[in-house]
Amino acid sequence: MEWETVIGLEIHTQLRTKSKIFSGASTAYGAEPNTQACAVDLGLPGVLPVLNKEAVHMAVKFGVAVNAEITPRSIFARKNYFYPDLPKGYQISQFELPIVGKGELEITLADGSVKTIGITRAHLEEDAGKSLHEDFQGMTGIDLNRAGTPLLEIVSEPDMRSAEEAVAYMKKLHSLVQYIGICDGNMQEGSFRCDANVSVRPKGQKEFGTRAELKNINSFRFVERAINFEVERQIDVIESGGQVVQETRLYDADKDETRSMRSKEESHDYRYFPDPDLLPVEVTADDIERVRGELPELPDQKRDRFMADYELNMEEANILTSSRETGDYFETVIKASNSKPKICANWVMGELSGALNKSDMSISESPVSAEMLGGLIQRINDNTISGKIAKQVFEAMWNGEGDADAVIENKGLKQVTDTGAIEKIIDEILAANTAQVEQYRAGKEKMLGFFVGQVMKQSQGKANPAIVNNLLKEKLSS
Amino acid sequence: MALDRTDVEKIAHLARLATEESELPGYADDLSNILKLVEQMDAADTANVEPMAHPLDMAQRLREDEVTEENQREHFQNIAPQVESGLYLVPKVIE
Amino acid sequence: MHTKTIAEIIEGLRNKQFSSEELTKAYLDRIKQHDKTLNSFITVDADVALKNARDADKKIADGNAESLTGIPIAQKDIFCTQGIKTTCGSKMLDNFIAPYNATTVQKFNDVGAVLAGKTNMDEFAMGSSNETSFYGAVKNPWDTNAVPGGSSGGSAASVAARLVPAATGTDTGGSIRQPAALCGITGLKPTYGRVSRYGMIAFASSLDQGGPMTQTAEDAAIMLNVMAGFDQRDSTSVNKPVPDYTSTLEDSVKGLKIGLPKEYFGEGLDPAVGDAVQVAIKEYEKMGATVQEISLPNTHFAVPTYYVIAPAECSSNLSRFDGVRFGHRCDNPKDLMDLYTRSRSEGFGEEVKRRIMIGAYALSAGYYDAYYLKAQKIRQLISNDFKQAFEKVDVIMGPTAPDVAFNIGERTEDPVTMYLSDIYTIAVNLAGLPGISIPAGFAKDRPVGLQIIGNYFEEARLLNVSHQYQKVTDWHRRVPKGFE
Repeated sequence: MEWETVIGLEIHTQLRTKSKIFSGASTAYGAEPNTQACAVDLGLPGVLPVLNKEAVHMAVKFGVAVNAEITPRSIFARKNYFYPDLPKGYQISQFELPIVGKGELEITLADGSVKTIGITRAHLEEDAGKSLHEDFQGMTGIDLNRAGTPLLEIVSEPDMRSAEEAVAYMKKLHSLVQYIGICDGNMQEGSFRCDANVSVRPKGQKEFGTRAELKNINSFRFVERAINFEVERQIDVIESGGQVVQETRLYDADKDETRSMRSKEESHDYRYFPDPDLLPVEVTADDIERVRGELPELPDQKRDRFMADYELNMEEANILTSSRETGDYFETVIKASNSKPKICANWVMGELSGALNKSDMSISESPVSAEMLGGLIQRINDNTISGKIAKQVFEAMWNGEGDADAVIENKGLKQVTDTGAIEKIIDEILAANTAQVEQYRAGKEKMLGFFVGQVMKQSQGKANPAIVNNLLKEKLSS
Repeated sequence: MALDRTDVEKIAHLARLATEESELPGYADDLSNILKLVEQMDAADTANVEPMAHPLDMAQRLREDEVTEENQREHFQNIAPQVESGLYLVPKVIE
Repeated sequence: MHTKTIAEIIEGLRNKQFSSEELTKAYLDRIKQHDKTLNSFITVDADVALKNARDADKKIADGNAESLTGIPIAQKDIFCTQGIKTTCGSKMLDNFIAPYNATTVQKFNDVGAVLAGKTNMDEFAMGSSNETSFYGAVKNPWDTNAVPGGSSGGSAASVAARLVPAATGTDTGGSIRQPAALCGITGLKPTYGRVSRYGMIAFASSLDQGGPMTQTAEDAAIMLNVMAGFDQRDSTSVNKPVPDYTSTLEDSVKGLKIGLPKEYFGEGLDPAVGDAVQVAIKEYEKMGATVQEISLPNTHFAVPTYYVIAPAECSSNLSRFDGVRFGHRCDNPKDLMDLYTRSRSEGFGEEVKRRIMIGAYALSAGYYDAYYLKAQKIRQLISNDFKQAFEKVDVIMGPTAPDVAFNIGERTEDPVTMYLSDIYTIAVNLAGLPGISIPAGFAKDRPVGLQIIGNYFEEARLLNVSHQYQKVTDWHRRVPKGFE
């Protein structure tokens, strides 16, 4: 039988506010345990929550960015359950009236096709603390620093049909929340976490199959693997005559498998009800317009502009707009180099991106600034150096040896365009390789490459290749 | 609605309360009586009535995003039943 | 000295008739002498009280005295007091030294009031008789066989017996007004949102409201001047200017339109209580007020509605008592579930457990609409009843409670009968309105309370109307036998 996969994602983005969603404690990552858990975060008797303005602002920003309906009066509700990392015994979340309603996000797949994924809703809520399972007298330790950190939970429609689509959606969202400045996107620190609802159904069937919820998958790679594993598992279960049970499963990256989380198995009855400590959150049409005015250019807009203005194809434009920093970098390079955008694009996607990958750095950490790269490209453009030498210059810049001009100067890499000097080298080469000259003249034109190579070698790469080519041809045919 | 022992056990579990076998009938009676009182609500015609969550019709006030709280861990953990290395301790949580 | 009102004590302190230290010592002595009988206090820290008093004396000497500077005030043990045990009447918090002050407590500290002690109360404010306290029942000073009412029973009894000049209370369904009525004192529940709830241990968040419990309306006005006001730590606190509640006390009540809801004078009301209330209303007519019958047609739904909303909110509010970060923790929990269930079952008393369970049930899957949502809709109906009534009248009057104080143990076996003690007070909380109970005579030798309900934020009018009555009557000056 042919199977179809159905995936919906719930993505928890930590909003980059300074203080917590309902208290004035810091949200900074990595502090000593419980040093950033104030009375409100600890759920001490009598304390009360007061909502952080910036968290609301960020949620609205997101809503506007995905063309979503913004709820004029959204409601906070309590989700009741007992867990040691949940100090109050309930999580303040939103249930019936989330701040962000229906929206959508466009994704581009590897084959260049475009698909729109529906966003069901996005709601504000508080994060829980952390349970540390290392051994403390055989007990679990609870750190509540993270408790109360604002989260925007973004829930998609079950619109994705493959792990590839799920990853594309997740990447797109990851880039968007960073673009609009509401999340630092740091997946290692848990700022961007994903739960995936996965089910399979026979191709052509309308009803959804029973789904499993895969919890807390914290990298793009793991999302893909977890989904693929889960799809195989579900198909195996059904094909061997069994039934998929609705449950929560945990992806184990070490074993590359998903397994049932028995402790969460117990049927949950969260007893949601409106939080009486908090009032309806009002967002007016004016507020929404104000936020719309503040929004930076969004990835899709930027991509379209790059394609139109810089004559890039869709794939290139997608890569160069994958993050706000990449787009900014690229445009700075164009300006600084005063050269064709296409050449700049090749450098950013080629040499730079390769170097960054190799050292596992992000573009904002690059030792070669956009201005430096622009300066380098300018020197190719004005024939000061050849493309080949440029790579050498880039490497030197990467290693901190100064900007392009300094490197060219210090290493004496300036391209030789003096025909006299080049002619002299050519004459020497031809004289030393008479056999090869004969071959060429007998019709073995491929030998030209050999001569070019020899001349370039002799000139330490500095001879202008075009001039070398022309002169060589001239001399060999004379 | 009258509740029986099983209902009481279920609710007690949801509320993380332990109920002795011997207490179940008493709870079942008391809770059933309270529910009988509560179910007098059924007589009210609430068609087209908006639910009222708050006495006052106000909107949520928003706090500026500022860090105003300092570390008071020692102070707060003075009243904690069991702590170690700044962590609250609970029996092993199995995931 | 101990029969003095706050207003009189302020004068005495100003005229140097006595110091705050002398005053505080006198009250501490009275507590020592009488509280074995009444059990109205859970914690009295004489060292703290005397230190407060000496600080106050200095403040007075420096010419910095404010209204309540140097005056001993008891705090209901539901208000967190930094460094001092705050139990909420529960074993759960028997070891809980609050690490911070409730906003209300802080406000009393800021004006230099003396913390006389923490008063006994029904456990987590759940009760109408003060019998659910882990620290034992409180006795009514008018008759020690009788309950003082609840949940602010300790505050009511201590003020009635003149062990303190005044106390704070909290009122979720009548917990200030009903014990005030049963103990023959004045108790004001302000408009929801008028007094900060920060640091006041939550029972039912959309209903809870703190307020003063005093001998007189004038004292209540002085207290409310300190307690009322916007608090940025409480999202439900209202940012609205606070008037000087003492400034309008002397206004005439001539032409005041009083509404008497027929539902408050029907079946279930003890005739002797009804008579006393009618006599009180006659006094108002003598002063030139007019009286008309009104109807609050959804009154009979108030108790059922309350017993969904309050337990639902409490079931969630009390989840934080889990033995992890503070409060009672069972010995040697064998696993997490055991830690939760044993700590909570050992820490909470019967009534609290009942209400937690009712609340959890009412919110659980499949029942939410029938219970919680339905209750919220009826709440709207009840609130609308009052809105319509206040288009016709200025204040609503009636009995505070259907009966005088009942005997200890009389109603503990039957929770539902106990719940009906609050039949006239509960609707006010559901609507969020202000209400006051003032002494209005006696029935069967036990005090009767007159309840006056005002429109939103009309505390000043309630205090004015009460004060005018107290100028022509002396019920509020009566002191129970043995406590004169």
